Amino acid sequence: MRATLPTPELERTRHSTVVRVTHWLTVLSFLALLVSGVEILISHPRFYWGETGNVNTPALFILPIPSSRDMVPTGYGYVLPDQNGWSRYLHFEAAWVLVFTGFLYVSSGFLKGHFRKNLFLALFDLSPKKLAADIARHLRFRRPIEEEAWSYNPLQRLTYLLVVFVLFPLAIWTGLAMSPAIESAFPAAVIFLGGRQSARTIHFFVTVILVLFLFVHVLMICLAGFRSRMGAMISGRLTKPMEGA
Amino acid sequence: MSKISRRRLIITGLVAAAGVSGLGVAAKLAERYGLIPPDAGVLYGAGETLTYAAQRILTRHSLAREFSPRDISKAPFANEVIPPLSEEFHRMQRGGFADWRLTVDGMVTRPASLSLPELKSFPSRTQVTLIACEEGWSYIAEWTGVPLSHILDLVGGLPQARYVVYRSIQPDWWDSIDMADALHPQTLVTLSMNGGELPVPFGGPVRLRVPRQLGYKSIKYITRLTLTDNLRQFGKGLGSGIGGTESGYAWYAGI
Repeated sequence: MRATLPTPELERTRHSTVVRVTHWLTVLSFLALLVSGVEILISHPRFYWGETGNVNTPALFILPIPSSRDMVPTGYGYVLPDQNGWSRYLHFEAAWVLVFTGFLYVSSGFLKGHFRKNLFLALFDLSPKKLAADIARHLRFRRPIEEEAWSYNPLQRLTYLLVVFVLFPLAIWTGLAMSPAIESAFPAAVIFLGGRQSARTIHFFVTVILVLFLFVHVLMICLAGFRSRMGAMISGRLTKPMEGA
Repeated sequence: MSKISRRRLIITGLVAAAGVSGLGVAAKLAERYGLIPPDAGVLYGAGETLTYAAQRILTRHSLAREFSPRDISKAPFANEVIPPLSEEFHRMQRGGFADWRLTVDGMVTRPASLSLPELKSFPSRTQVTLIACEEGWSYIAEWTGVPLSHILDLVGGLPQARYVVYRSIQPDWWDSIDMADALHPQTLVTLSMNGGELPVPFGGPVRLRVPRQLGYKSIKYITRLTLTDNLRQFGKGLGSGIGGTESGYAWYAGI
């Protein structure tokens, strides 16, 4: 067995190849899903709960936006063009990319110890006092301490765990629950969510939370040093750890 | 060239060759088992083929959920057609649809032309199912009709047939389904809704209901069924007309 030597600072790898490749594939597929999802949404910007809902039934809530269908009463005097054909094609193709990427990321994360080392919280990290201090530090927009450039702080870990293990799986589940063919094979997956329209409404809210995460995530990258953090996610190396780190 | 890079080159070449031949074998198998949709060649055909193949493997025999009569929507939405119904339709409507015929032809041994009374004399099936539009809305209704599989038996559909093309009285309205959906017990040549005649706005007198796919596959005002082993001879060869692939929508609408 070879002795492990301390790696020189300049050659330390911040993000592994799998993490970097799957990160950017997720960015691409998420943006494609978002754009096509918004296009599909505007053909019926009304939401319901349960199995059924249409323009003849009361809505749970209605988004105050124009629609691409003339039979949806929106209050706007115009109808947007129908873009659902390519949007639906692109939505499902991007969903496949996301599912394959997620599978690669999660299996490698467990096998190579990325989750254990960087995402799962150590017991001492879970103390409410530490977490509260961490939240306060974020709210004051304090720049992270240097050690954090090499891993994640507790609040960051909790957020990433939520995104990876709760939000994305829920988006995929509620999306599949809207497929009549999948529903015929796995009816329980729809019944558990409260019905087809409930699945659609949850799908929308999960998307809203993921978009909020995206905004905060990019804001934090800017605060922590946009060039060094982007460089680390592209090349894998954190060249100047002191710059804004 | 150094040793390492040569070894790397050979390994990369072998992996690439294995990958390409693997894909070739997968494509051959998919073609053989009918897992390639007619619109596989369009811009997003790769994702579409994955979806169709995966769902066909998972759902070949699955049944759409059937609800209790209590669940029937009190306010169903007809989504009436934007272009007005054709003059031919109105003429038939004035005559109480006595002249309406459902023609069955193509790869069959006994082509037929069926009147509404004939269709109503066939064994029927009644089911309470949900219809969902690709836009997002849905309603539940009770539908009664003749299973398409019964009509295919009657006319002696040939075993080589792979698709059923169904056409509406409305010009350019046509679509097609594979045999897994055509022979599915819940695919109905639908003649009535919620216990009464099938209302014209909901597709009366004859609508093909395909409950394991989205609403746009359930074409209204059906007049002709054609069995075929090849969709290339229909329209642009993408499997469906206006409202389907020819206006940019996926042929397979199980998702």
